[in-house]
Amino acid sequence: MISSPTIKNSFDVYAIREQFPVLRREVKDKQLVYFDNAATTQKPQLVIDALVNYYTGYNANIHRGIHTLAEEATAAYEATRDAVQKYINAAGREQIIFTKGTTEGINLVAQTWGRQNIKAGDEVIVSAMEHHSNIVPWYILCAEKSAVLKVIPINENGELQLDEFEKLLTGKTKIVAVNHVSNALGTVNPVKTIISKAHRAGAVVLVDGAQSAVHLDIDVQDLDCDFFSFSSHKLYGPTGVGVLYGKKDLLESMPPYQGGGEMIKDVYFDHITWNDLPYKFEAGTPNIADTIAFKAALDFTNSLGKENIRRHENELLAYATNLLEQIPGLRIIGKAKEKVSVISFVIENIHPQDMGILLDNRGIAVRTGHHCAQPLMNCYSIPGTTRASFALYNTKEEIDLLITGINKAIKMLS
Amino acid sequence: MNEKKSIGEIEDEIVEEFSLFDSWDDKYEYIIDLGKKLPKLEDQFKKDENKVKGCQSTVWLVADYRDGSVYYKAESDAVIVKGLISMLIRVLSGQSADDIVNARLEFIREIGMMTHLAQTRSNGLLSMVKQMKNYALAYKLKHTG
Repeated sequence: MISSPTIKNSFDVYAIREQFPVLRREVKDKQLVYFDNAATTQKPQLVIDALVNYYTGYNANIHRGIHTLAEEATAAYEATRDAVQKYINAAGREQIIFTKGTTEGINLVAQTWGRQNIKAGDEVIVSAMEHHSNIVPWYILCAEKSAVLKVIPINENGELQLDEFEKLLTGKTKIVAVNHVSNALGTVNPVKTIISKAHRAGAVVLVDGAQSAVHLDIDVQDLDCDFFSFSSHKLYGPTGVGVLYGKKDLLESMPPYQGGGEMIKDVYFDHITWNDLPYKFEAGTPNIADTIAFKAALDFTNSLGKENIRRHENELLAYATNLLEQIPGLRIIGKAKEKVSVISFVIENIHPQDMGILLDNRGIAVRTGHHCAQPLMNCYSIPGTTRASFALYNTKEEIDLLITGINKAIKMLS
Repeated sequence: MNEKKSIGEIEDEIVEEFSLFDSWDDKYEYIIDLGKKLPKLEDQFKKDENKVKGCQSTVWLVADYRDGSVYYKAESDAVIVKGLISMLIRVLSGQSADDIVNARLEFIREIGMMTHLAQTRSNGLLSMVKQMKNYALAYKLKHTG
C-alpha cells in the first residue's frame, strides 16, 4: 500500500502543493490559481497513482470472479467502503452505498423511499439555499404524488431561519432535505438541530453533504441523520463516485432503485429476491477504478488531519474576507457566523461573467453565475455572484493575486 | 455611402485590428470599449421573446428586414458579451440573408475569442449567433417562399 509521504504533523502548504500535478500548469501564460474548489477539487498524485495502478495491475470485475485479479479488485473496492464507513462514522459498512455522486444519492432516496412513503397532501421541506440537485428530485416527487414542497427561508446573512422552519413542520411533513453547507454562500447549517426538530415532528432527514464532507468532521451517528449523500470529487477523489449513507432500517425497507446484476439474490421469471445491503442498491458493474482511488483521497485527507486542514482554510477565508471587504463597491453575499472557505461576492455595476472572464485571463479560476441555486439568487435579487472557494493547497499569495486581479478588472470595466 | 463591404472583408478588417494588440489585456480592453459604446437597446425590445438566454448573461436580439438585407440590434447585461455583439453586428448587420446564413465567422477564432462560443452554457453568445442566422433563414424562406 502507498503511504503518504513527508507531511504528517506540520501543515506545509508548499510541500502539499507538490503533490498536485495540475497546480504546476500555466493558464494564459500565468501560473494557475485554482479557486473553484467548491465545484471540484484537484487530485493529488496518490489518487492518480491509485487509478493507474488499478488499470495496470489488477483490472477485473468485482464480486463474482474467483481469479486473483477479481479478488484483488474486490478487496480494494470493499476497502473503500470500510474507509468511508470510518470517515463518516457509520455504524455498519452495509450502510455505505456507492453512487455516481451526491445527486444520484438524493435521487435514489426520492425515487425509492420517497415514492414508497409520500402520499397526496404530504409535505417535503427543503431550504432556500439548496443546490438544484436537492430541489429538483423533490419537485419531481411532489408533482408525481400531489405532495407539497415547502421552503425554509434565510436571513440577510444567508442563515436558515430556524423559527420559520419550526412553523413549517407539521404532522404531514414526511422528509426534510437540507444541505450541510451551502455551495453558493459557504454557510454551515445547524443540521443537528434541524434533525432533532424534524424527528420530533416524525419526519426523516436527508443531509446533502456535497460541500461539508471535505471541510467538516462528519459523524452520521452523532448527527442522527437518516440519509447523508456526498461526492468523492469534491474531496480530492475522482469524479463519478459518491456515497449514500442511510439508516439500516430505512435502507432495508426501501425498494431497489435500479434493477440489474449484483442487486439480486435469485431471479426467476415469476419472482426475484433482492440482494442484501448495500448491494441491493448497487445494480450493474460499478465504477470500480474511481471507487478504489477514492480511498487514496480519504487516506490523504486523514493523513493531513481535518483539523489542520480546517485551520489552514479558515485562515485563508479570514485573510480573503478582510481584503475583499476593502474593495469599494464589493459586497460579500453570505455572512453567516459559521462558514467554510467559500466567498461569494458581487461588485456594483459589474456583471459576474465579465469578472470571471478577466480573472481567467490572469490565470485565476473562479466560478461565476447562479451556482445551480437560482432560488437563492432570487432571494438576493441578483443574477449571480463571483465565487472563490479555497482548498487545502491554496495560499495567501494566491489570494493576493486574486485581489490584484479583481482590482485590475474593476479598472478595466468601469 | 461607399460600396457595401462583404462579410469576409469586414472579418479581415477585425482580424487586422486585433493583430495590433500584443496582450490579452489589450484585446479585452478593446472589446470592453466596444461593449460600452454599443448603443442601448430601447426598453420596448427588452422583453422575453427577444431574449437569447445563456446560463450567466442575457442577450436581447431583434432583427429587421429591409431591401433584401437583415439588420440587427442587440444588447446584453455583460460588457464583454456586448463587445462581442458589437463585432457580430458590424460583420452581419446589413448583409443579405443568404450571406448571413452561410457566414462561417472564422474571425472569432482568429482573434482568439473562440472560447466564448465554445462555452455554450456560460453565455448567450453561441445562442445569439444561432439566433441571428435563424432570423436570416426565416426572412429568406419568407421572401423566396
